[in-house]
Amino acid sequence: MPYLEFEGQQYETDEDGYLVDWQSWKEGMAEVMAKEDGLTLTSEHWEIIRFLREYFMKFQIAPMIKILVKEIGKAMGPEKGNTKYLYELFPAGPAKQACRYAGLPKPTGCV
Amino acid sequence: MAVQKPEELSKVVYTFPSTPWMDTPVEIKKGIFCWGNKEKSLKAVGFPNPRQWSVTDEDWKLPDNWKEIFIEGLRERVDKYRSFRLFLDICVRCGACADKCHFYIGGGDPKNMPVLRAELLRSIYRKYCTTSGKIMGKVAGARELTTSVIKELWYYAYQCTECRRCSLFCPYGIDTAEITILIRELVNLLGLNIEWIAGPVANCWKTGNHMGLLPHTIIDIVSEFKEAIYQVTGLKVDLSYNRKGAEILFVHPSGEYFDPNGNVTFMGYMMLFHEIGLDVTLSTYSSEGGNFGFFTSNEMAKRLHSKIYAEAKRLKVKWILGGECGHMWRVWHQYHNTWFGPVDYLEEPVSPITGTKFENAKSNKIVHITEFTADLIRHGKLNLDPKRNDKYVVTFHDSCNTSRAMGLFEEPRYIIKNVCNNFYEMPPQTIRENTFCCGSGSGLNASENMELRLRGALPRGNAVRHVRDKFGVNTLANICQIDRATLQTLVDYWAKGVAVRGVHELVGNALVMKGEKERTTDLRGDPLPGKEGE
Ligand code: SF4
Ligand code: SF4
Repeated sequence: MPYLEFEGQQYETDEDGYLVDWQSWKEGMAEVMAKEDGLTLTSEHWEIIRFLREYFMKFQIAPMIKILVKEIGKAMGPEKGNTKYLYELFPAGPAKQACRYAGLPKPTGCV
Repeated sequence: MAVQKPEELSKVVYTFPSTPWMDTPVEIKKGIFCWGNKEKSLKAVGFPNPRQWSVTDEDWKLPDNWKEIFIEGLRERVDKYRSFRLFLDICVRCGACADKCHFYIGGGDPKNMPVLRAELLRSIYRKYCTTSGKIMGKVAGARELTTSVIKELWYYAYQCTECRRCSLFCPYGIDTAEITILIRELVNLLGLNIEWIAGPVANCWKTGNHMGLLPHTIIDIVSEFKEAIYQVTGLKVDLSYNRKGAEILFVHPSGEYFDPNGNVTFMGYMMLFHEIGLDVTLSTYSSEGGNFGFFTSNEMAKRLHSKIYAEAKRLKVKWILGGECGHMWRVWHQYHNTWFGPVDYLEEPVSPITGTKFENAKSNKIVHITEFTADLIRHGKLNLDPKRNDKYVVTFHDSCNTSRAMGLFEEPRYIIKNVCNNFYEMPPQTIRENTFCCGSGSGLNASENMELRLRGALPRGNAVRHVRDKFGVNTLANICQIDRATLQTLVDYWAKGVAVRGVHELVGNALVMKGEKERTTDLRGDPLPGKEGE
């Protein structure tokens, strides 16, 4: 099984690098994952990551994009409340990439 | 994963390997296969052999008596399903089906020719279930079952979208999709599935829908839709859940709660129901129209399907209305009665608005939303302003399950022509019963198999590009949530500039509602034609 190496410990992941146990997540892991993708996390990224985890705790699933967009609009101003801005932050897709950084499972297909 | 450019990917190589197919071992390629099922997904539904395994490992950790299980399973199914035995027996290998499969057309792998796909299992059937095969072996087209053959069966069963296009061209009516369905069922006995199917099945069993949405999540999401509709129309539209005594239970694919394209289709339903004052309720328990169990085994399909009727009974509704979903429709109309027989605790569906009796739904009491809406339009019950969709030049993608499997050709087209002014058909050999699959159906809409999906979508993409270039088509309408969730990626690749839209999104745009404010935007919040400056 693939794993993530973090602070001398191994954490199990799936084939796409999502943590198997979302509760074993540590903040620093997001930095490690982002670094591998060549990204530096800013406070905007963190806003999203934290929101994802909060939402997940309440609903056991990551929010749909509409809700994410609305949230970011609330936190960072309406001019940033759009999908385009989210993609600027997470070029590989806000749902997929941000969920991975947040230690959440890979989103299932929308069917 | 980096995928080649369309110009490269479309140079398909159709040469055959130098060795006969039986002597050409399977080569499992990245980009073509989906990740194997997780242990917890099989456990959730009590499926055999839950364990950690990986497709890329040499050892797939099959049970010790895997061979026995498989052969017994095969014999049992050959005895149980006459069609299956027939399909295995009567193929004359004429090859009429060979070049009809989108995966062969777009990929060139000979084992994706329907005839050869079926032959993968047929050879095992001959060996273990027929006298000639037992005695004459290879000469009679029989071969030994090995772990490498199991891998091959798994690999190619998850490269068939069960679309049935091949069956249309077979002079004997052999339905290779049925063979794929049973290959999947057989490898499932050994704990071999894909996570993209096993995960949603487990979710659906636990929460009632593929996405794994809990009741409060659904309600939270719907409140977003209400807000969005209010922004566009100034109307407060409501929707009830789990309401006993409603006339109709509405069941739709749960992906519509999540996928941006599906979201807007769902808003279209909400507006329609509000406008005609339909006595309808939804369920958080039976919150899935689709049925990924159907891509696993008949037994699992039945288990998931039965929830819908249990809920209809509990809520004491009269009949069921189904949303824009493809395979839901095939399960409903082609399997339901065989599994459960006609439903006697619901009533024959009658539209409360037009009085139309849906004769076709007499036995299983479920009406498709496009039948329902087309009937409303035909009776002049909707006030429609197609001009609001004038920026759309529309073509319609027939989803395999609603068209080839169900013959639902006219209703969606009739609706589109009433809510849009610009409609053009793709070439006749690519639509209606001849339709080309999206390339991602039957649970293959994952991301790790993107090359397979893009290849499978080549024929559909070609036809879309054709009407885009010829008529300026910029919108691909459809009535399936798998299409809505997957086709955008595929047309972005093969026919850039075309947007994927659900039919009821177009309905929602055109619907002139009582008491609404003057609309300036469509349901996506984009300006309506002529209102760009506002
Ligand atoms: S068209 Fe029918 S009979 Fe001919 S090879 Fe294909 S499955 Fe066999
Ligand atoms: S059912 Fe569709 S995907 Fe499967 S072999 Fe036939 S044409 Fe190909």
